[in-house]
Amino acid sequence: MKFFQLIWSNLKRKKLRTSLTLLSIVVAFILFGFLSAVKQALVGGVELAGADRLVVRHKVSIIQLLPESYKARIERIPGVVLATHQTWFGGVYRDQKNFFMQNPVVPEEFLKMHPELVLPPDQTKAWLQTRTGAIVGRKTAERFHWKIGDKVPLRTPIWQKEDGSQTWEFDIVGIYDGKDKRMDTTALFFHYDYFDEARRGGKGQVGWYSIRVKDPGQAPEVARRVDEEFENSAAETKAEPEGAFIQGWANAIGNIVLIVAAILGAVFFTILLVAGNTMAQSVRERTGEWGVLKAIGYSNGQVVWLVLAESCLLTVLGGGLGLAVAWLMIARGDPTGGLLPTFLFPRRDVLVGLAISLALGLVAGIFPALQAMRLRVAEALRRM
Amino acid sequence: MNNQSDNTLVIVEGVAKVFHRGAEDIQVLADLHLKVPAGEFLALMGPSGSGKTTLLNLIGGLDRPSEGVVEVAGERLDQLSDRRLAAWRARHIGFVFQLYNLMPMLTAERNVELSLLLTHLSKAERKKHVDAALAVVGLLPRARHYPRTLSGGEQQRVGIARGIVTDPTLLLCDEPTGDLDRKAGDGILDLLQALNREHGKTIIMVTHDPHASARASRTLHLDKGQLSDEAVK
Repeated sequence: MKFFQLIWSNLKRKKLRTSLTLLSIVVAFILFGFLSAVKQALVGGVELAGADRLVVRHKVSIIQLLPESYKARIERIPGVVLATHQTWFGGVYRDQKNFFMQNPVVPEEFLKMHPELVLPPDQTKAWLQTRTGAIVGRKTAERFHWKIGDKVPLRTPIWQKEDGSQTWEFDIVGIYDGKDKRMDTTALFFHYDYFDEARRGGKGQVGWYSIRVKDPGQAPEVARRVDEEFENSAAETKAEPEGAFIQGWANAIGNIVLIVAAILGAVFFTILLVAGNTMAQSVRERTGEWGVLKAIGYSNGQVVWLVLAESCLLTVLGGGLGLAVAWLMIARGDPTGGLLPTFLFPRRDVLVGLAISLALGLVAGIFPALQAMRLRVAEALRRM
Repeated sequence: MNNQSDNTLVIVEGVAKVFHRGAEDIQVLADLHLKVPAGEFLALMGPSGSGKTTLLNLIGGLDRPSEGVVEVAGERLDQLSDRRLAAWRARHIGFVFQLYNLMPMLTAERNVELSLLLTHLSKAERKKHVDAALAVVGLLPRARHYPRTLSGGEQQRVGIARGIVTDPTLLLCDEPTGDLDRKAGDGILDLLQALNREHGKTIIMVTHDPHASARASRTLHLDKGQLSDEAVK
């Protein structure tokens, strides 16, 4: 681009000022990257939730258990294709900080319910045949360097074994991946039969049910029927789409999207002022030079374009650098050691970040550009 | 409309210019008439505030007259929109300023290239034109020097190269030697004279230095908004 040299040389004119502005933009976009990754970790599951799946939990709270016997009654409700259950195990590996999700499930039903989970056939077979067998997601397997054949102990404060022990041992028989790379692959799943038989209390009780409905369009109607089925029972239910269920978990922390938007709004508004101030000063200092450019034939439109291009170059450069640094830092994985299982920087948010950096440049540059456009040539030349 | 006859390049008819400063109106030029034939080297002299630069700005399309007609190279400047006037300046006018007005962050060759960026010339063609212009002013060996590393005379030569690189119809010089010592000033005047005599460039030069005006083929005096005391050499 033939004007690049002119635009770039103007940015280099006040190196300290440009560097400080650039640095503030870089930091803002690193923050943008991190908050995007946190948001993705907390509410990203909503996007991946099955549209044809409902989650049925206790009406009072997720920590209240439901009878295992509900399964047969749920399966009889019109519109239900498949039903299975999971229970929160709440264990840790060796140390409290090594937390990740573990749930007892009915393997055959679980795998049918979650086709998005990829497990090689030989490992599937091994899991179905091994009573103490467990499958673990790739991320957790890599985190703890587990491999197939390992025996791993998990200690849970919730479930005691018949002998009073709180430590349960599982044989790793499979390592699963997600069809979508955004899928959480930190959880461990093991046999409900083994769990139910070995636990001291709560026998015959499960955490929640997952239901597949025949027609996703009928999901609300099926949910209503499920809740009606257990109305006035000892354990009334709340059935809702899987996405809403996951969103509910995230909402327990707060409205993540709103919080992230509020923080980023404040940050970008500040950056807008910083970049706008830099451009306004830069344009004002060069009044005479704009006069020269106009004198030798640059039109008002071309002057506006030059100022906007300079402003956008500054913000896109800063934004691009910030996003690149954020990408590298996020690629190192969950900084919390397990609380944010799907900590990644979605490609869509990278593009949004670039668009924001471009928009920042346009907004920050528009007033200085108009100021340069309105300069009368003869007057500007006197200020050289 | 085209008032141009024979080889007259610049026609100024009944031009007045009034500046408004608050409630006060300042009349700088009044009912001014001027014709400049193509190929002439005209010096405009006069005391400070006489309106020399204002007249130069009107002829160069940098400002518009309050009254009257300014026609240059067959174009009525008062009838052009700002956008067309800018394009017209790029095509027809080369400016040389008293303080050189170079971009400090660009090398000599990049400064000279600025006008060519508005054309459709390729990078190689632009380079050819820039080198030719710098060669005319004798500064090709210093093409990659920044203005701060050049002397005043050299900077003014770069300014002239920038003014002539597009081969404009008219070169307008506003006190081109005003900021130079006698020796450097003479060098610039030699150059302008050569551009006029050898390259046929039409030049209008504003100056209040009789030594500079002596190099022109005609000198006009401007005082209190009126041209007078015309002397043809």
